[in-house]
Amino acid sequence: IYDRAITVFSPDGHLFQVEYAQEAVKKGSTAVGIRGKDIVVLGVEKKSVAKLQEERTVRKICTLDDHVCMAFAGLTADARIVINRARVECQSHRLTVEDPVTVEYITRHIATLKQRYTQSNGRRPFGISALIVGFDCDGTPRLYQTDPSGTYHAWKANAIGRSAKTVREFLEKNYTDEAIATDNESIKLAIKALLEVVQSGGKNIELAVIRRNQPLKLLESKELETLVTEIEKEDEAEKKKQKKST
Amino acid sequence: MALSSVLQSESADFSFNIDRSFSFGCGFGQTDLGFGAAPGDRLNFAIKASLGPDDKDGPERKIEFLHGTTTLAFKFQHGVIVAVDSRATAGAYIASQTVKKVIEINPYLLGTMAGGAADCSFWERLLARQCRVYELRNKERISVAAASKLLANMVYQYKGMGLSMGTMVCGWDKRGPGLYYVDSEGNRVCGDLFAVGSGSMYAYGVVDSGLRQDLSVEEACELGRRAIYQATYRDAYSGGQVNLYHVHSEGWTRVSQEDVLKLHHQYQEPKK
Repeated sequence: IYDRAITVFSPDGHLFQVEYAQEAVKKGSTAVGIRGKDIVVLGVEKKSVAKLQEERTVRKICTLDDHVCMAFAGLTADARIVINRARVECQSHRLTVEDPVTVEYITRHIATLKQRYTQSNGRRPFGISALIVGFDCDGTPRLYQTDPSGTYHAWKANAIGRSAKTVREFLEKNYTDEAIATDNESIKLAIKALLEVVQSGGKNIELAVIRRNQPLKLLESKELETLVTEIEKEDEAEKKKQKKST
Repeated sequence: MALSSVLQSESADFSFNIDRSFSFGCGFGQTDLGFGAAPGDRLNFAIKASLGPDDKDGPERKIEFLHGTTTLAFKFQHGVIVAVDSRATAGAYIASQTVKKVIEINPYLLGTMAGGAADCSFWERLLARQCRVYELRNKERISVAAASKLLANMVYQYKGMGLSMGTMVCGWDKRGPGLYYVDSEGNRVCGDLFAVGSGSMYAYGVVDSGLRQDLSVEEACELGRRAIYQATYRDAYSGGQVNLYHVHSEGWTRVSQEDVLKLHHQYQEPKK
């Protein structure tokens, strides 16, 4: 029957279905997003694939248009629907307004879509949170996060999924103007943030960047390895310094 | 229904469902009243546009008659000049000499009127509503391209149902001066110069010979004024006053309203 609402208020004002959806998101693999000066970075924790499974390079980081892309945490199947609708909306916007979407616009569209599913008959909320990054026409980099309730906010850096809290705390400590001074530094910050919670280093990290006026670029495993080694060396040097000073 | 969906549209979705309902056809001319005409009088800028073989008037005519008016707009370095006449005719009867054929959509967008008066003013008012909603949702002004596209898409849903509208959407946005011609056939064309109506050919002659990109505001206004005057001189269905607007980066300004007879004396005097 499609005439009964599934998401209804509890006596103390909670929408439990939405909160349960947020729990589902917390079980998903971690994703981190960083807004640099001339670059935006998305990093995800790659789940180890079964032996017989073909390793597909990108599943969790998807382009919505030439200048916008997103990563998600939560139910992959739900994400596919949201991504499809967002991709269509990006093109419809180009058709009717003769301009590419702004990152805020497409985020608002996705958030409105999610909210509709918290207030419709027979439907449950989407079980994903999304990190949407990109550059607007005027060159400003943007990072937005949406969640199953349909709210969205702009962030300088954020993380979603498993251990998002730990990663966010790391970012709060380490996101400084120096840390994002160059493209490379921003990328390293994203990797460092993921390394906090990912088990075995570079093999389980997937990283993608968008630079101003350039399409999404996935980092190859070689590049990743180089950066991870760089980070490890820096860590070693830091530890030696600290030992010397004490 | 398409119209009710436009009037009630809540969502900002641009991915619209094309579900044209054919439940009723908008009969042309039935509700085209206005400007003090008696009921039953089909007050129209259009000479009755015949759309097909059902026409009782005479032989099958597939060519659309030009609408009885002269409106023009052109881009130049300081923006867009919009000049229109102000005569409304019902056949050979001059119904009014004081019609406002420029519709002020919002402080930075103008629309001109040619064809059915009701069609033009109604749809452009609806466009004004859509533009305002866009502004509120997106916290920035709508571009001229987007505004003209919204209008074109709105009327396209009524294609073939008898709408008669030939309008120019003029404005200034972040890309600079914008000028689009939109009509009820579904045309939407970007350009630097347009003249619409039965007097358009005469107006084109004047503007084409005088238009340069480096005109000053004064010179451009005079060019527009002269073009409309010349059109009213030769075209029976154009006349009244010349209404002149200038669209610049801050918005539009109403430059002048001058009676055609006064202009006639002004231009003919030096010749004596």
